[in-house]
Amino acid sequence: MTANAHTLDARGLNCPLPILRTRKAIAGLDSGEVLEVAATDPGSVKDIDSFCRQTGHKLLSSDESGGSYLFRIRKA
Amino acid sequence: MSNTAPVIDLHTEDLDAWFDRRFDQKMTERDEAHQPAMTIIATKGTLDMAYPPFILASTAAALGWEVSVFFTFYGLGLLKRDLDLKVTPLGNPAMPMKMPEGPTWIKGKELPVPTSVMALMPGFQDMASSMMRKTMDNKGIARIDELRSLCIEAEVKLVACQMTVDLFDYGKEDFIPEIDEWVGAASFLPRALSADVNLFV
Repeated sequence: MTANAHTLDARGLNCPLPILRTRKAIAGLDSGEVLEVAATDPGSVKDIDSFCRQTGHKLLSSDESGGSYLFRIRKA
Repeated sequence: MSNTAPVIDLHTEDLDAWFDRRFDQKMTERDEAHQPAMTIIATKGTLDMAYPPFILASTAAALGWEVSVFFTFYGLGLLKRDLDLKVTPLGNPAMPMKMPEGPTWIKGKELPVPTSVMALMPGFQDMASSMMRKTMDNKGIARIDELRSLCIEAEVKLVACQMTVDLFDYGKEDFIPEIDEWVGAASFLPRALSADVNLFV
């Protein structure tokens, strides 16, 4: 994780909690700020992408390493 | 009327092209301004069937949709202050009965319990319910009261069926105060009519 970034640890949580926590975390940010979300739910890869498409936030990156996922989202 | 010439000047191709452009523009404006809406009818009050309405409602709200859930018959029990939801493989023949914990030789193994035994064994439903809850907890699945709170926080409208409360002689004080309104079918259907997605659970 990058220093000073807004982060959300959604590891160990299953559908739909990663999305619900992400929504809540993003609501607290200013437009243009970036949120980093860590998750372990394999379904979150497509769900976070779909969430961003629906809500207009930009999914900057979506990475996987060793069964853990890291998403970077810029608030619209 | 006789065979008179059309009144409009005959640059129809220009007119069509202009109309098509304008129509696309207006449709795009309309789509962008449209907030998706969903209505769900929740009719079941068991632990397993409590999940679909609350998961779908909270997720849709997170996507920015406007959501209403109409709780009727056994579904109304999902709005009680005290949730003590049960599930049993009786009537749910496809439900796996797996031990959520214990030594490796038993953990995750399917329990081959015949239906006749399930029906006769006292406390079987409680056992099955606690096994399901434990499994869900192990897998990081939210509890129903947690999902319900998330729905309330995301402004999902919780609509209760007035007829059901009369039918089962419930007291309104047994239910959570966040219920948006107590109504009948005639009040709920117009909302479903204007929604994009309607689900019956």
